Amino acid sequence: MIVDLKQFIEGERAIWEELDKTLSKIENDPLFRLTLENAERLHYLYERTGAGLIKISTFAAEPNLVHSLEALLARAYAELREGRSRKEKLSVRAWLSQTFPQTFRRHFHFFLTSVALTIVGALFGGAAVGFDPDAKAAIAPFPRLLQDPAARVKEEESKVNPVLAHSRGQFSAALMTNNIRVSILALALGATWGIGTVILLLYNGIILGAIICDYVRAGQSVFLMGWLLPHGVIEIPAILIAGQAGLLLGQALIGWNSSEDVSQRLRSIAGSLVTLITGTAILLVWAGLVEAFFSQYHEPILPYSFKIAFGLAEFVVLVIYLAAAGSRSSASDD
Amino acid sequence: MHRYTFTIRTAEGISFAQRLAGPVTRLLALSVDLAAIGVISQLLGQFVMITSIISPDAALAVRTVSYFVVSIGYSIFLEWTWRGQTLGKRVLKIRVIDAEGYRLRPAQIVIRNLLRIVDALPLLYAVGGVCCFVSKKYQRIGDFAANTIVVYVAAESIPNLELLFRGTYNSLRSHAHLAAQLRKMITPQQASLALEAITRRDELQPNSRLELYRQLAEHLRSIVRFPDESLEGLTDEQYVRNIVDLIYRPSA
Repeated sequence: MIVDLKQFIEGERAIWEELDKTLSKIENDPLFRLTLENAERLHYLYERTGAGLIKISTFAAEPNLVHSLEALLARAYAELREGRSRKEKLSVRAWLSQTFPQTFRRHFHFFLTSVALTIVGALFGGAAVGFDPDAKAAIAPFPRLLQDPAARVKEEESKVNPVLAHSRGQFSAALMTNNIRVSILALALGATWGIGTVILLLYNGIILGAIICDYVRAGQSVFLMGWLLPHGVIEIPAILIAGQAGLLLGQALIGWNSSEDVSQRLRSIAGSLVTLITGTAILLVWAGLVEAFFSQYHEPILPYSFKIAFGLAEFVVLVIYLAAAGSRSSASDD
Repeated sequence: MHRYTFTIRTAEGISFAQRLAGPVTRLLALSVDLAAIGVISQLLGQFVMITSIISPDAALAVRTVSYFVVSIGYSIFLEWTWRGQTLGKRVLKIRVIDAEGYRLRPAQIVIRNLLRIVDALPLLYAVGGVCCFVSKKYQRIGDFAANTIVVYVAAESIPNLELLFRGTYNSLRSHAHLAAQLRKMITPQQASLALEAITRRDELQPNSRLELYRQLAEHLRSIVRFPDESLEGLTDEQYVRNIVDLIYRPSA
């Protein structure tokens, strides 16, 4: 038995076209809201098209038409089944003052884990260089860090202009992009059930610990603080937040203490992951600017006390921001 | 075992399927996208370097940031604005959708694209490629974390039989009783095959087309035999076309 395809298409075409038009309107305008009447009509169009699909699949077996209707129904189904509300227009101010700090606090235990892993790595790196100074060659990622700290301080303080005085912009851009890439890696490695993120945080800690130990042993603690604090107080927490996102992803994949299935868990953290990594990127842009345009200037051009005070002030502002911003308003759905 | 199709069964008893895009198609789409990223980066780089007359340092800084933004943001921006498609995916007629049929969310697009950094490890998308092959839904790690799948985009057009048969005389239409018998005896699959052979005529090579219509006509003649005088001068293709016309447009 074959359906009179011509008659069938003629009878239903208006319904399909109306459904397609309604869906296009919804899909192309993120702020479009259905009235109750519109929603009822959309549901009717969806059911009618579904009934048409059943009829055509059973009797006529016309593959192109079946595929067209299936594609149309898949779009309608996505809109009708979607329980989450459409986003209001993105407000940068609301995102910065509420969404990011609230998301950070909501997953604070992963940030603490991130900090703990970095400290463990730093202790290991510090101990390695402390007991065996030659270990620095194996740990330090940049040749510049292999230099004797006292010799480097002497060299830096004898310059009228820093090494990169004429390419600070380029240096800053390279720092930002490299650090953001590392942060994305810290998040993405969460897909290895968090193992990759753990290794990355430990490794970062080892490098940090080795450098700190090397400079402290050489009696250059003040130079170290003046050099690292202005950008490090932002850069290090930013990487830790990226690690927090990676550990969050890892936990969602493992599913400890959760009765939800993995796809539900991943769905529920998607917004948080994007918020955390976006916040990280913003912090790293600032850190890159400070490192290129401020951190590279040493005494006698800039007193270390000023640089250290600047770094500490930044740190206090960051802590207050992450701890308190948006705490009076209700938690936003990211 | 791959399922090849992604099927949604709704509470209303409607079931619809979408064909999953395999690793090879996706690799081809990725190649197009990488080429597009290369071209955009080059053009942007050259444009930015014009400003080096004013400040070489600023120009190089902007170029470094531009390369980075394009390489990371290309897929995110296009999948966001083109509802799950990039240039490569458009060329290959595939699309990213939610793995459970929900609306695709911006956060999912961002996550699946940021996780490319892991899928691309250690080189040439080896991790992503292997995951895609072993996954039931052809998902790479980014797809898995973002709850997305990639499907073929179905032909959106609804077939217009009026255009297909407009202005043609059907000599078989005068035998109403035989046409009714044909409609009763032919299976939907046989009818569908004949219709596809007509609608996709121009996609076939001339020799293959002749052979296909010959075999189809022979098979269709075995279902119902029309009088010889109405078949006089009809090629195999015209015969198949007339049969399809009788089946799908009985009231024409």
